[in-house]
Amino acid sequence: MTSEIVSVKDLTLRFGERTLWQNMNFELGAGEFLAVLGPNGTGKTSLLRILLGILAPTSGRVAVRGRPPRCCAALGYIPQQRIFDRDTSLRARDFVRLGVDGHRWGVSVLSRKQRERIDGVLAEVGASSFADAAMGRLSGGEQQRLRVAQALVSDPAVLLADEPLLSLDLSYQRIITELLDSRRRRFGTPILFVTHDINPILPVVDRVLYLAPGRWAIGTADEVLTSEVLSSLYETEVDVLRVRGRIVVVGTPEDHGSHHVHAHGDMSV
Amino acid sequence: MLTQLLAQHFVHTAFLAGAVVAVVCGAIGIFVVARGASFAVHAISELGFTGAAAALVAGVDPVIGMMSGSLLVGVVLGLLSLRGRERDSAIGAVLAFGLGIGVLLLSLYQGYATEATNLLFGSIVGVSDSQLRNLTIVAVIVLAGLAAAFRPLLFSSVDPEVAESRGVPLRALSVLTFVLIALTTAEAIQVVGVLLVLTLVITPAAAAQRLTGRPGVALLLSIAIALVSTEGGILLSLEKPWPTSFFIATISFAAYLIARVVDATRPAVARAPRREPAEAIETPTPVEL
Repeated sequence: MTSEIVSVKDLTLRFGERTLWQNMNFELGAGEFLAVLGPNGTGKTSLLRILLGILAPTSGRVAVRGRPPRCCAALGYIPQQRIFDRDTSLRARDFVRLGVDGHRWGVSVLSRKQRERIDGVLAEVGASSFADAAMGRLSGGEQQRLRVAQALVSDPAVLLADEPLLSLDLSYQRIITELLDSRRRRFGTPILFVTHDINPILPVVDRVLYLAPGRWAIGTADEVLTSEVLSSLYETEVDVLRVRGRIVVVGTPEDHGSHHVHAHGDMSV
Repeated sequence: MLTQLLAQHFVHTAFLAGAVVAVVCGAIGIFVVARGASFAVHAISELGFTGAAAALVAGVDPVIGMMSGSLLVGVVLGLLSLRGRERDSAIGAVLAFGLGIGVLLLSLYQGYATEATNLLFGSIVGVSDSQLRNLTIVAVIVLAGLAAAFRPLLFSSVDPEVAESRGVPLRALSVLTFVLIALTTAEAIQVVGVLLVLTLVITPAAAAQRLTGRPGVALLLSIAIALVSTEGGILLSLEKPWPTSFFIATISFAAYLIARVVDATRPAVARAPRREPAEAIETPTPVEL
């Protein structure tokens, strides 16, 4: 019995003629924090969807605790941000509750234990003060913290997060990062964290999976985020600079369709 | 005059039918509004009209034609599970064509024109005992469906990505929702008519959502507003010989306006949108150093 919780074997994903990646292999052990980096269109979100069991890969397989995803273990999913309509009739705590029993049929009331659990995660993400406010009236940052709470409340075996720091200001980026970090340390929950910008999470990242068009690399940040590795991934000269403890990548081919503002098309990983 | 009318059996039947329809419409309205499916409701009801017109021509009970028309469109819309603009334009195209056929069918129909008028504008006072029974059966089916699927429906309406990741069957729920909407619409047509279905399916729910952030409370409020509108409308139309649908539409719209005013004037504690600066989206990129 190995200690790996997530395993990805010979995973290949093609959309029509385009191969996003081929024969991807990696495993995640208990409590491991994996950052998934790379420009848009390299299948970062698709990888999460495959792990969630929503999207079928072209070939290869994934397993969570040795079983197919979606069969047995709860997966915590924090999707890319979509702002809620102003009219959404749902309090913050109702939204978090969906993570407890939103998938169940029929009518039921929460047990005292479940209510305490919901109050507990609301407090953990610093959302107690607006727990009874309507979702649609909260700011993007507040909504995002509630997404984290909703993912945590189901006590997931794995956390899959898609750009969870988007639209958060720096202090909340730190709070959410610390929250995820303590979760994996205390409960051994591995985390797959898709991001454009590795710098806010650099201190907590164990390994980096870098997806470039048609290629991928995995290893520690120091192993992967080097000029040599990225240059060979992109097949062009790419420089990785370390500026005041931050990692900056210069010279990647402009990632089309990206809405991020980067001077001269350079990309910060 | 009014007291005499109130003693009549057909008036009792009208009030009961109105109550049954109001409860279902108010309940389903919450999910229609949450899914942004108002236009789909409109399309379903107009094509219910086409179905009813076809039934009239064929000499069948128009209610059966209406049910079939609404259900057909409901299932198709549910299967397509379209989103956003594509859904809007697809519904518009189908709706217009269906109405075109309805107009042709109606011109072919040689019977009483009142049948057609009743379909378009409703005829609550003409509801028979057997119709009331059928309305009740359909209402029970819709409410049972809503109760069984309440949580997954809510989940998939507000947060489809996460709902899907938790194993909520989105497409099946979409079909279920539209079938329930179609059944409800077919009920509502019999009270307020094709053209005014939205006044019972959308307006009460839209008002309720302005008043509360709690899904359960919104559901009850929406039902209450639909009930007051329908019963109040029937009562007023007994007093003054104007169309019942007009009164129902007026009362539910008044409730909507009041809800908006209440919402706009309520104290801003923990309600005002506290937007964080958009520039905090990413940490600044010092590439130019």
